Amino acid sequence: MKGYSTQAPRRVPSLLPLIAVAVGLVIFPFVFPFLDGTIDVADRILVWGLFGLGFDILFGYTGLLSFGQAAFFGAGGFTTAYLLAGNITSSTILALLAGMAVAAVLGVIIGLLSLRRSGIYFAMLTLAFGEMLFFLENSPLRQWTGGENGLPGVPKPNLPLGFTTIELHSALAIYAFIAVLFFVGFWLARRIIVSPFGMVLRAIRENVERAGAVGHDVLLYKLVAFVIAAVYGGLAGGLLGLLQGYMPPDAFYLETSSQLIIQTVIGGAGTLIGPLVGAAIWLYLYQILQIVPGLGGAWKLILGLVFVILVTGLRQGIVGGILLVWRRRRARGGQAEAGAVQPIDDAPPPPRVKPDYTKPPILEARDLSKHYGGLLAVDKVSFSVVEGETRAVIGPNGAGKSTFFKMLAGAVQATSGDILFAGAPITGLDAARICQLGVVRSFQINQIFPHLTVRENITIAALARRRGKFRPDMLSRIDAVPGLDDLVRDTLAAVSLTARGDRRASDLAYGEKRRLEIALALATSPRVLLLDEPTAGMSPAERSDTVRLLKRIAAAMTIVIVEHDMDVVFELADRVTVLSEGRKIAEGEPVEIQNNPVVRAAYLGGETEYEPA
Amino acid sequence: MVTWALLWAQLFNGLVLGALLVLVAMGLTIVFGTLGIVNFAHGALYMIGAYAGYVAFLHTQSFILAMVSGAAVVLLIGVILERGLIRHYYARPPEDQILVTFGLAIVLIEIVRLIFGGISRRTDEPIWGNGVVNLGLLYYPRYQVEVLGIVTLVLIALYLVLYRTKIGLIVRAGIEDPLMVNILGINVTRTFLLVFGLGAMAAGFAGVINAPIVSVDPDMGAPILIQCFVVIVIGGVGSFWGAVAGGLIAGETLSLTTMVAPDYAQVMLFAAMAFILIVRPQGLFGVKTRQ
Repeated sequence: MKGYSTQAPRRVPSLLPLIAVAVGLVIFPFVFPFLDGTIDVADRILVWGLFGLGFDILFGYTGLLSFGQAAFFGAGGFTTAYLLAGNITSSTILALLAGMAVAAVLGVIIGLLSLRRSGIYFAMLTLAFGEMLFFLENSPLRQWTGGENGLPGVPKPNLPLGFTTIELHSALAIYAFIAVLFFVGFWLARRIIVSPFGMVLRAIRENVERAGAVGHDVLLYKLVAFVIAAVYGGLAGGLLGLLQGYMPPDAFYLETSSQLIIQTVIGGAGTLIGPLVGAAIWLYLYQILQIVPGLGGAWKLILGLVFVILVTGLRQGIVGGILLVWRRRRARGGQAEAGAVQPIDDAPPPPRVKPDYTKPPILEARDLSKHYGGLLAVDKVSFSVVEGETRAVIGPNGAGKSTFFKMLAGAVQATSGDILFAGAPITGLDAARICQLGVVRSFQINQIFPHLTVRENITIAALARRRGKFRPDMLSRIDAVPGLDDLVRDTLAAVSLTARGDRRASDLAYGEKRRLEIALALATSPRVLLLDEPTAGMSPAERSDTVRLLKRIAAAMTIVIVEHDMDVVFELADRVTVLSEGRKIAEGEPVEIQNNPVVRAAYLGGETEYEPA
Repeated sequence: MVTWALLWAQLFNGLVLGALLVLVAMGLTIVFGTLGIVNFAHGALYMIGAYAGYVAFLHTQSFILAMVSGAAVVLLIGVILERGLIRHYYARPPEDQILVTFGLAIVLIEIVRLIFGGISRRTDEPIWGNGVVNLGLLYYPRYQVEVLGIVTLVLIALYLVLYRTKIGLIVRAGIEDPLMVNILGINVTRTFLLVFGLGAMAAGFAGVINAPIVSVDPDMGAPILIQCFVVIVIGGVGSFWGAVAGGLIAGETLSLTTMVAPDYAQVMLFAAMAFILIVRPQGLFGVKTRQ
């Protein structure tokens, strides 16, 4: 390892954005009037910006596009307004906390229901549930919420200081109150994003299947992100009521959710500050265009067009675009050192030690079957692998290898039969749970986290090993996870990607991506590694490199490998299992398999003496 | 007090409302099923259909012409949108597809608002729709009975196209596996254009015939779009019979709840959706493996 820096980059988040936001918040009310903006508009921008912080964690960082955020804005807002206007409590802080709590509970309920379906459905379901809340507010709950009239009479905010309570009456005092809350909200959101928890959220956005396959409880992380967004929404709604002295029913409108999405996308999703910028543009443009004759009615059309253009051409939004240019400029200086493709460590692999077949099996399948309708993809396949063994599973195309493999890894549920790991049944467990036990799959088609660096990719997998399926460590730092750095560094070194650590995964050469793919599985420190065609698509040189790499890995753990290249199979495997048409037709040492007439017949596809009954 | 006559009337109201929802949702679901795109501008297309029909009827006084021109205008807009914008989104992530159709909806709505203003308008019933019909237990507006008939005919026509023609076979194959259809050498691009146009037309046509029943305004599409989402979630995506079942369930849920507890009518609709999500997440006619 000559000259490659093995030092992880500084993970302490830069203070620059925090300082910039603080300075901006302080000077904003003094500069804004010169642009014909009022303090009231400035307050609103901050309220929407705060609302957007939570939404950005959900959408920009976790990749979940919700159309129902109005539900939480409204629920939090009406709770706070109801408590204060009805004089149930006189404490602003208490009322805001209550609003956030109600939003959180609602977030759990709507989240649990909406997250039952993913992708497009999630957007449709959140939209529907958001509307449901609007109708609830509007009709059945109207005696508390005022229905279409909303709730008037929300008193000005106050601030208990122990010895006295400050009433915030002046416009500037209210601005300061909201600005402080925004700053705290921004600081917290940043902490969440740079925490191990936040890293898993980004993994979910990048590749949800892989995030689960390396052992993270994807659903629970999504739910918590959803609740975080709901709490931010609840707080922002509460502030809206305080700011206006009145809680309007349109907080619950679909318009509210739409406005949040548009502001976030225009400003830049995944930047935290983007929604604030988007809100400033929206509210400022609204105010300015009202004055311009003939344009007042068209302001939303203009915003709509800008939105469509940005989605089509600059999906990162304004802040995202600026950051992109800035990072490129900075990267231009540092990029020069990154040289050619780093070769795989060519030290000879350790000599192969024969596994001890008398030991009880570490991984076992008993009569494992998978039916798709009438089709028998896998038909009563049994096999057992002992600790330390390298087992190849081969067979002609359509033999059921992949399905068999997916069942072992928990990606596909078996129709019947059992899977045992170290003697305990793991049938029916999901991929994340199985990975946490120590069985992990590497994919035939690269499943990486494309927009993250190589080091971040491996960190995501390593986090699953170090932290378990789920941990709400939202305020801790990644370098505080014990043993993480070593695991990441060792994994990088093991697949010879150390010099590529800071490259974006999508920028790697194909062979390097393939190694990263394997590294993602390795970083979960498995006891059994399931490799699905690790040399697929490789050149002969890359292939022999990979075989050497796999031999080194094989010295440390049990491997089950599906592979088409027979040279690779016979070089690596201690024993070989042959599947054909969903059934096991042979099993034995490579030499036996090579000379087995049934296997030859299956591969040649001709008439055989062996006819499945 | 719930009487038999009232129950009968509400059941029929639910049927008419449900039938219209089936038609709009059918457009949404075949586009989703074939192209994999949830068209958030579907409600806006429905609204444009209503306006096109309104204008045509105003100038020609012929409802037949209004129906034809309304459907034609929306078909044309659908084709332009698919060629000009949507097509470039087939390979992009679903979030981008949602965002762009959502932005498109805003643009379409605001253009209509600029042209026609925000006030709501009303299309008169056609002459052949005036009066009432005796349905045994009650007298019912003739036009609504006719709407039920027209929608049924259109749905039968759609069914025949989807299940009895070669194009329909391609569309259904495309729902199963678009890549495979492409590999087989079928021009998916043209099929996609056709499907998008057909889906848009279904929405536009529904807008025309619903215009005499509801008021016409630029924001009329959003509630329909949301109800269609509910229909699709209940029925299962990409399924003809799912859309039919979901639409009728939604229509009757709204109508019957209005009778006993009007405050809860809309809420019940979403509650029904939540119930389906819990007991059968893939929808009544949905296939489990398709996400």
